Amino acid sequence: MLSLIRAVIGRDLRLAMRRQADIVAAMFFFIIVVSLFPLGVGPEPDQLRRLAPGVLWVAALLATMLSLPRLFADDHRDGTLEQLALVPQPLALIVLGKVIAHWLVAGLPLVLLAPVLGIQFDLAGDALAVLTLSLLIGTPALSGIGAIGAALTLGVRGGGVLLSLLVLPLYIPVLIFGAGAVDATVTGLGAQAHLSLLGALALGGVFFAPWPTAAALRVALE
Amino acid sequence: MLALQGRNGSGKTSLLRMLCGLTPPASGEIRWCGRPIAQIGEEFRSELCFLGHQNAIKEELTPLENLLSTARLAQEPLDEDAALAALELVGLLGREDLACRYLSQGQKRRAALARLVHEKRALWVLDEPYVALDKAATELVAGLVGAHLQRGGLAVLTTHQAVAVPAGSVRELTLGDDVAAQQRL
Repeated sequence: MLSLIRAVIGRDLRLAMRRQADIVAAMFFFIIVVSLFPLGVGPEPDQLRRLAPGVLWVAALLATMLSLPRLFADDHRDGTLEQLALVPQPLALIVLGKVIAHWLVAGLPLVLLAPVLGIQFDLAGDALAVLTLSLLIGTPALSGIGAIGAALTLGVRGGGVLLSLLVLPLYIPVLIFGAGAVDATVTGLGAQAHLSLLGALALGGVFFAPWPTAAALRVALE
Repeated sequence: MLALQGRNGSGKTSLLRMLCGLTPPASGEIRWCGRPIAQIGEEFRSELCFLGHQNAIKEELTPLENLLSTARLAQEPLDEDAALAALELVGLLGREDLACRYLSQGQKRRAALARLVHEKRALWVLDEPYVALDKAATELVAGLVGAHLQRGGLAVLTTHQAVAVPAGSVRELTLGDDVAAQQRL
C-alpha cells in the first residue's frame, strides 16, 4: 500500500521536474500578485499589516488553482489514467499519492516563499512564523479539496473556469482560519484555535477527498 | 485468444473497456472465473493487463523510465536489466534515454508494447495492438501473444489485420453485423 503511494509520488515528482516551467509559473504568479498589493494600496505600514494575511492567503489559493486543472488532465489525455484505474489496489490510494505530490510541487513552494513576501507587508517575526505555519498546515487541504474539483471537471470543455467556480467556495473555510490565525497573532489573541481548526480541515481534506475523487475519476473514464 | 473484428464504430473498444471494468455494461454482467468482476475488482485487476488505444506512456519520460514506472505502479517491480532486455526486444535499445516525445508514432507504440515482454498476468486485453507498427514489430507482438497463449494465458484483442499468431487457438468474433442489418431495415 505504502509502496504504491510512494511509486505514484515518485512518478509525479519526476514528471514535475521535467516540466519545471509549470512550478515556476505558479510561484511567480504568487510572488507577483502579493507584490502588487503594496504598490496598489500605498506604503502605510499599518494598513499593509492589516491586509497581509488576507492577501497572502488569497494569492496562495489562486496560485494553487493554477496547477489544479493539470492534476489529472495529462494522465487522462495519454491514457495513463486508465492504467492507474486498473491497478489492483483502490484508486483512492493513487489519488492520495497524487494529492501529496501536488502539494510538494504546488503547495510547499508557497509555504517557503511566504515569510519572504510577508516582509513586504511589515509583518513582525511572530506573525511571519504563524503565517508560514498556517500555510504549511492549510495548503495540503487546498490540494485535497482541489483534487475533487479537478476530477469532476475532467474532460469538460472550459473546465478551468468551472473548476474555479466549484473549488473556490470550498476553500473559504481554509481561507478564514488560515488568515484568521495570522490576524489573531497580530492582535495578540493567540493563533492556536485557528491552527487547530485548520489542521482538522487539512486532515479531512487529504484523507477523505481521495474517495470522492476516485469515484469522480471512474465516472470520467466511462 | 479471441480476436474481435468489426467495422469502425461497431463497439470493439467499448466491449474491451467493459471487459476491463472501466465501463459498466448497460445490461448483463461480466464474469471472471464464474464471479462477477464488479465484486472481485481487486482480484480481477491483478490478473488483467490492458493496453488501450492510447499508449499510456508519458511523453516527458524515457522509454526505460516509462517501463520501470509502469512496473512499479503495477506492484511488480522490474529490475533495470530486465527492462533493458525488453526494450532491446522491441527495438528501442539506443533510444532508452530519449524522452518519448521525440519518438515516432511507431516507436511510441513499441515503447508501450515493451511491457508485454515480462507480463505474466493471465488475461491480456489489447486494443488494436498492431496500429502504427511495421511488419517486423507486428510479428514480434504476435509472437509475444503466442508465447503468452502457450503459457496458458488468455488474450482478447481487436484488429483489422489478419496476423497469424504462432501458437494457441484463435477464435474470431465479428461485431456489428446485426446492427448494420437493423439499419438496412
